[in-house]
Amino acid sequence: MALLEVKNLGISFGGLRAVNEFNISVEKGQLYGLIGPNGAGKTTVFNLLTGVYQPDEGAILLDGVNLTGKKTIEICKAGVARTFQNIRLFGDMPVLDNVKVGLHNHYPYSTLEGILRLPRYHKVEKEMNEKAMELLKVFGLEDYADYQAENLPYGQQRKLEIARAMATDPKLLLLDEPAAGMNPNETKELMDTIRFVRDHFDMTILLIEHDMKLVSGICERLTVLNFGEVLAQGDTQDVLNNPEVITAYLGS
Amino acid sequence: MSFAAHLINGISLGSVYALIALGYTMVYGIAKMLNFAHGDVIMIGGYVVFVTVSGMGMNPLASIIISMAVCTILGVTIERVAYRPLRGASPLAVLITAIGVSYLLQNIALLVFGSDTKAFTNVVTLPNLELFDGQLVIKSVTIVTVIVNIIIMVGLTLFVRKTKIGRAMTAVSEDQGAAQLMGINVNGTIAVTFAIGSSLAAIAGVLLCSAYPALTPYTGSMPGIKAFVAAVFGGIGSIPGAFIGGILLGVIENLSKAYISSQLSDAIVFSILIIVLLVKPTGLLGRKIQEKV
Repeated sequence: MALLEVKNLGISFGGLRAVNEFNISVEKGQLYGLIGPNGAGKTTVFNLLTGVYQPDEGAILLDGVNLTGKKTIEICKAGVARTFQNIRLFGDMPVLDNVKVGLHNHYPYSTLEGILRLPRYHKVEKEMNEKAMELLKVFGLEDYADYQAENLPYGQQRKLEIARAMATDPKLLLLDEPAAGMNPNETKELMDTIRFVRDHFDMTILLIEHDMKLVSGICERLTVLNFGEVLAQGDTQDVLNNPEVITAYLGS
Repeated sequence: MSFAAHLINGISLGSVYALIALGYTMVYGIAKMLNFAHGDVIMIGGYVVFVTVSGMGMNPLASIIISMAVCTILGVTIERVAYRPLRGASPLAVLITAIGVSYLLQNIALLVFGSDTKAFTNVVTLPNLELFDGQLVIKSVTIVTVIVNIIIMVGLTLFVRKTKIGRAMTAVSEDQGAAQLMGINVNGTIAVTFAIGSSLAAIAGVLLCSAYPALTPYTGSMPGIKAFVAAVFGGIGSIPGAFIGGILLGVIENLSKAYISSQLSDAIVFSILIIVLLVKPTGLLGRKIQEKV
């Protein structure tokens, strides 16, 4: 059974049908691409998958668990993490603390223990620090741990956003246009990072991207959205050679 | 010597403003709303101590703890009932609701305790500090208030920077949506913020009434507004800014009372707010506001 199973997902905003009868099935460990022209509804799909929007109809199953209608926090706890098209780090916080925010639900102690600094507070904070540093090392960000997140170079901010998402210990990682605004060198490095995340964490990744070099370089399967509907679905090369897809992108 | 006395009186007043401003700034910093009812929570805190100490003869320390508990519950309830339904509404709607809550608390107090001024018993029973053979007296309540201020300021800063819940608060203040997607309970985090802000209000209430021992349902109103000015002056959202703003405001108010005019002192205080907003809209220690381009 697939890790992520989405059936007939649909949502309207007023009279606009933003997503209609959207189906997708992502196997565990797969690197899956969601592409389509601007305004096709790709980010809306991510917002539906993470509970930012509630679907009008359809079902979302993660590892057999029904996530339809669940709140954002519950979906995060169920194992879906994401990054954003426009980077949304906690810019005023140190890099390390950004990752620790991602660890929030995995290292419990009560507010009172935090105020009174009881022994468990020190123990848990120490564990969190170690875990966060470990994650930063994996992404080669350990030297930046004390930097304010907004002062990181652009490419590193993208990496930190992925590290922060990984800190929530997800089963499924959603990347929303990770290569947006990157130069070819940064994009190449990013492709290595994404592949590495998949292999190192045995992660299932669904990504939105416009950069065709990245898409054809790392995605194994693709779904193409156009005007909120699935236009094509299948192995990357088959989809990219599909005449309908070419027409949707370039016009006829 | 009289200048020094005025200065110390100013610090005494300012340290109370600072304590109230800490509560304002904390709630504003995290929830991005001005809780205009904060001053009235202080007044309720004062009444709780008045009733338990003067009415029931309770130990002052125990009564302060009860007052903190009452104010915490009150603050969380206000947030739950009045502010949470407006999450996502325009800031103006929230602001007007806060003013409404403020009047509600004042009128409840008026109904329950009456409009007459209650003589508050100073709970700080330590001896005053006398310098230069008694020429300069520093009241013990002033010293206690300044020390409490510093403890709370350091404690709050450590709490916000070094604990999980504090980091969640910062995350919520920066980007509620992203925080939620990291698994942070935004409503819960804001409730904790109100709980802490309101328990500080209880402490502020006790120290305010100990320094200026006349308690009426409007006791919290003017200091609340001035503390708001202090918070804006120091840079709203900034914890050390609230402290510095509070002290400066108290000193300015007292010095203008002493050397310019006691009638004009409030006018001078509020003029400062206008000047600060014109010259440095983010306050002394306020963060720069960045435009995303």
